[in-house]
Amino acid sequence: MKKAKDGIQHPDYEKAPMSRRALLGKIAATGGIAGAAGYAAWAPEGAPGSLRDTSGLRSVPKVTPLRLPDFRVEKPAGAADVGIGRHSDPLQNDASMLRAALDAIGGLQHYVKRGDIVMVKPNVAFDRAPALGATSNPRLLKELIHMLIVDCGAQEVRVADNPIESPPDCFAKSRIGEASQTAGGRVYLPDSNAFKMLHTPGAKLIENWWFFHRPFTNVDKVIGLAPIKDHNLCSASMGMKNWYGLLGGTRNQFHQDIHGIVSDLSVMMRPTLTILDGTHVLMQNGPTGGDPSNVKMGDAVIAAVDPVACDAWAFEYLLERGRDYPSYLYMAEEKGSGKVDWAGRVKEIQA
Amino acid sequence: MIQKLQRTIAELSWKKVLRLTNVRIVSQAFFFAVFLFSVWATWTTRLGGYPVSRILEMDPLVMVANILSTGHVYRYLGWGLVIIVVTLLFGRVFCNWICPYGTLHQFIGWLFNVRNGKERIDSNRYADFYFVKYAILTVFLIMAFMGSLQIGLLDPICLMYRTFATVVAPMSDMGIDQLSNGLRLLNADTHFLDNLKFGPGVEERFFVGSFWIGVMIVFLVGMNIVIPRFFCRVLCPLGAFLGTLSRFAVFRINRDVHKCTDCNLCLTRCEGAADPQGAVRQSECFSCMNCIDDCPEDALSFTMTGLDTKQVVASPDLGRRRFFFASLAGVMAVPFVKTHGVNVDHHFSPELIRPPGSVEEAEFLKKCIKCDQCINSCPTNVLQPASTHQGGIEALWTPVMDFRMGHCQLKCTMCSEVCPTGAIRKITVEEKMGKGDYLEEGPVRLGTAFFDKGRCLPHAMEIPCVVCEEVCPVSPKAIQTKDVEAKDVYGNIVVLNKPFMVPDLCIGCGICEHECPVKDDRAVYVTAVGESRSKERRLLLRQRELKDA
Repeated sequence: MKKAKDGIQHPDYEKAPMSRRALLGKIAATGGIAGAAGYAAWAPEGAPGSLRDTSGLRSVPKVTPLRLPDFRVEKPAGAADVGIGRHSDPLQNDASMLRAALDAIGGLQHYVKRGDIVMVKPNVAFDRAPALGATSNPRLLKELIHMLIVDCGAQEVRVADNPIESPPDCFAKSRIGEASQTAGGRVYLPDSNAFKMLHTPGAKLIENWWFFHRPFTNVDKVIGLAPIKDHNLCSASMGMKNWYGLLGGTRNQFHQDIHGIVSDLSVMMRPTLTILDGTHVLMQNGPTGGDPSNVKMGDAVIAAVDPVACDAWAFEYLLERGRDYPSYLYMAEEKGSGKVDWAGRVKEIQA
Repeated sequence: MIQKLQRTIAELSWKKVLRLTNVRIVSQAFFFAVFLFSVWATWTTRLGGYPVSRILEMDPLVMVANILSTGHVYRYLGWGLVIIVVTLLFGRVFCNWICPYGTLHQFIGWLFNVRNGKERIDSNRYADFYFVKYAILTVFLIMAFMGSLQIGLLDPICLMYRTFATVVAPMSDMGIDQLSNGLRLLNADTHFLDNLKFGPGVEERFFVGSFWIGVMIVFLVGMNIVIPRFFCRVLCPLGAFLGTLSRFAVFRINRDVHKCTDCNLCLTRCEGAADPQGAVRQSECFSCMNCIDDCPEDALSFTMTGLDTKQVVASPDLGRRRFFFASLAGVMAVPFVKTHGVNVDHHFSPELIRPPGSVEEAEFLKKCIKCDQCINSCPTNVLQPASTHQGGIEALWTPVMDFRMGHCQLKCTMCSEVCPTGAIRKITVEEKMGKGDYLEEGPVRLGTAFFDKGRCLPHAMEIPCVVCEEVCPVSPKAIQTKDVEAKDVYGNIVVLNKPFMVPDLCIGCGICEHECPVKDDRAVYVTAVGESRSKERRLLLRQRELKDA
């Protein structure tokens, strides 16, 4: 606005009077906005459109937790709970051993139907070569994906894990990434925002916990593919401990109650099948391994609908640790995940 | 409308389209893309033999400064000769045809131009203080010769690489994550967005203290509004280096005084402030060719024939007096930063943990150019740009390991693979692990882990834990446990695997520290002592023999 100079009106000055109508309009608009804002700020919390937060707790973001369905499928009549495929030369015949094991529990086609989306969870926790036994066997994974897609007609096979070390490196060096891709599976890596809150009733430690949810969108069947490994704290890391790889957050706290968490995991995840690789058994220095001398060549591949029984069998026969089972197996049995006593429920087939 | 378009196309002449300034823009775009590709491809799943560090290795200042500090040419540093030869032929073409940082400055200056014709002409006249870059170059080269390589602070390629690795890449990744998060709400498949990320397949990467690296580039780029091409004209040591060479160039801008009407229009877009309207300052000229475009009289040309030897100032504007004082400053700078005494063998930070393959610290400071290419390549985010806290001002922004951010992956040698100068020497996994041919030397040790028993759950609080033992990657494990049955304060019998260290086996990879649940101040932590690269900083007299491991 140009100012008057020496009392003389500036030549550009133009008077712009406001009409009564315009003034009333302005007052009404200001009043309306102020009134609406006042309502939102002062109306009691329950009132529609109220933004009021008296306690300061209303603004705390609410998380709606996910729920996971039960992925179990009833086994066919006459099939065993735990199937074991055996061969004296496991390195060349692991694929047929896997088929034999699956046949013993009624065949993969019984469990996976045409058009299913299947999530396979290998153990890719560390940046190790497959021969060191710290990660899942890529040859078994490749064969499994092949069977899922070709034999069962699965719509999509997803492979995911949340490793302890760098995910892309772990998937590369364990050859799990390569095996998945060549067989036609799809790898999901845990990048940012891959985790969501999962609610699992009955799981004490992880009733609400961060979960690697992305590969589970619309999934119909879940199969765990785990190595059998020595573990200092809980004696053995096998099929149930494998689900630990789907947890996010500060999961390293769970070592304070390792048996509690492993049995909780068996509640969180009720898989369609559990497959254990008994060809490379990590006998000591687990779960990282690191030296070929830590690995024993086993002669079995296990497929099971009962995750507790198969872990018990592997503990006894492949880790050769007798019947002094880790207490998480009994805790899992109490939580209804399966039965430790495998007697009479195991079927062995020579591949 | 269509007729108009047809007419425009008809009037297009190839001579106009292919004029030098347009070719220059294509060249700049190309090299900028190469730069972005190098940053993008430096990732564990993408590095399929691409020479991702070549753009750093081609930086002649990196080569010359490294020769001055070490007396040798590491691996591919000889590529610097390419730019030197180009400069000896065409002058400082690097600055306006190749340098991605120069391109960034020119682009930002163009985008945010606030000047009209007359002001632009004035802003592009040579100013006396543009000599500063030659003083900076003198100081840095003398410092390099005396054993402290600091060119990386301002060398444009190093500076830009550092900024992209620690600021731009993680920022961009965060943005893409937000985008894919949003798309996923719509049930879209967002796998394809991984291709746009600099670090796909991992959680967000953070770089401690990168804020200041970001502030530096924001300041330098922002200065274009005050002085066009501020960094290039005033600060750039690489530009200064090429400027001293460009006096020998065969080609240069030449003004035909008979055609020139002294209209000064050539200054409108003169990038280097090289005074093409008078005696052209050959050392300042970026060969951007804008003046040739802008000259209405066709008086300017970029040529080697018929040069007017009067209309040129060939050498840089650094007088003897300034050169003397710059040299003096350089000579004093090294003892000045060394006297600070925070990174000497009898007083060094426990946090000064260098990546595997790093040469001994004094040599490291002679070689590292702070380009942070290693940090860019690191898959676990453990490598971080040092603040002054770890190694003083001298080691600012050099790579250090922060085991709270990540750990050094046993079978990874990415950083040693991409280091252009050998500050991190190229090693194999075999050498890193001390296997095969390297059995005698043993594994590369980054430091040694220690327990803080007052904070360790089994030791201090009778609560089971031993994540550290579980993740220890060496075989046999460097963290072992003494298993005791104890009655805790509530009267429960608990089995405690109390961890202890076997220092002979520890390689200092820091996975124990990273996975320790005592998150703020870890109960197990790695310090630099015992690192195998240094005799002076070692801990054990000898590695004990393991009888039955």
